[in-house]
Amino acid sequence: MFNARVTMKPEAAKGEIVEIRTVARHPMERGNYPDAAGRMVPRMIIHSFRATYGGEEIFRMELGPGVSANPYIAFTTVATETGDIVLEWTDDSGFTLTRTLRLTVAG
Amino acid sequence: MRLPASLAALLLILPAATAAEIRPGRDFLSPELRALQEDEARHPGMLWVEQGEEVWRRTPALDKPSCAGCHGDAAGTMRGVATRYPMVDRASGRLLNLELRIEQCRMERQGQPAFGYESPELLALTAYIAYQSRSLPMTVRIDGAAAPFFDAGRAFFHERQGQLNLACSQCHDDNAGRRLRGDVISNGVGTGFPAYRLEWNAVGSLHRRLRACSLGVRAVQFDYGSPDYLNLELYLAWRARGLPMEAPAVRR
Repeated sequence: MFNARVTMKPEAAKGEIVEIRTVARHPMERGNYPDAAGRMVPRMIIHSFRATYGGEEIFRMELGPGVSANPYIAFTTVATETGDIVLEWTDDSGFTLTRTLRLTVAG
Repeated sequence: MRLPASLAALLLILPAATAAEIRPGRDFLSPELRALQEDEARHPGMLWVEQGEEVWRRTPALDKPSCAGCHGDAAGTMRGVATRYPMVDRASGRLLNLELRIEQCRMERQGQPAFGYESPELLALTAYIAYQSRSLPMTVRIDGAAAPFFDAGRAFFHERQGQLNLACSQCHDDNAGRRLRGDVISNGVGTGFPAYRLEWNAVGSLHRRLRACSLGVRAVQFDYGSPDYLNLELYLAWRARGLPMEAPAVRR
């Protein structure tokens, strides 16, 4: 079950630093050990994370097999104008989980 | 008069050292893990709570009510409920913990097949309901119909078992606060469960944790929902009376 929670305050003043905190639910199988039956467990990790704000990329991260299960990613951005912040996690199956948050900027 | 004075001092210290004070699970966590448990934006167990809320609202079949259909808003109706489990079911006389009560409700009122102990849906729903009682004090009943279950649970806790010939009490009463290999021995209260355990990378039930305990002393691992673990769960909940619910907690 690939899922995510995102915490961000929905409103900010222009120029304010906004923190975006995320936890994704993912097993992050590192792919280098056998299961109980002796078969290798295939690698299945979130390999990239990307965030855009009003269509412009504000944060990108590549994740490796050493990252723990259910990874926590937090970053900040500067509130410029009202717009959508789109978060994308992509894993080895090719699936991309998307979460969209509206940031309303006053002033 | 030196000797009597030191003896008196000793007598003052001894009761404190022997009459075990039961401390909540969070007291045995590292500062980092305690911070993780208290920060909902970072707590991975909250993913299960959120899934539980979905299950709570989901209509199981066309003519059957969802959990919310009968119980309404869990924040109000389920507040404090988890602090009273395990409890004896009046109709059947069986001891039920929160998981088994949910399963009973699902089968009898929703007419659905049981989720199955330790299934993702049951864990999520249990975590969601337990979450509504977070920080409320444990208040299980051990009188009346619950008394024989409680007595059996207390006996289980103090009985030596397994190849290592250890009773629960020898670690969780006599040596709580001391280190066992890489971890600190807690008082063994179950108030944090279902808990997100780092070793599991997931949320798991108290019975899953108890099975790991049984394995640790090389004793018989009982089944999920077995009477032995249910009785023990009642004793542990009574032992934790007055302590706050922490579920979903973070555990090592």
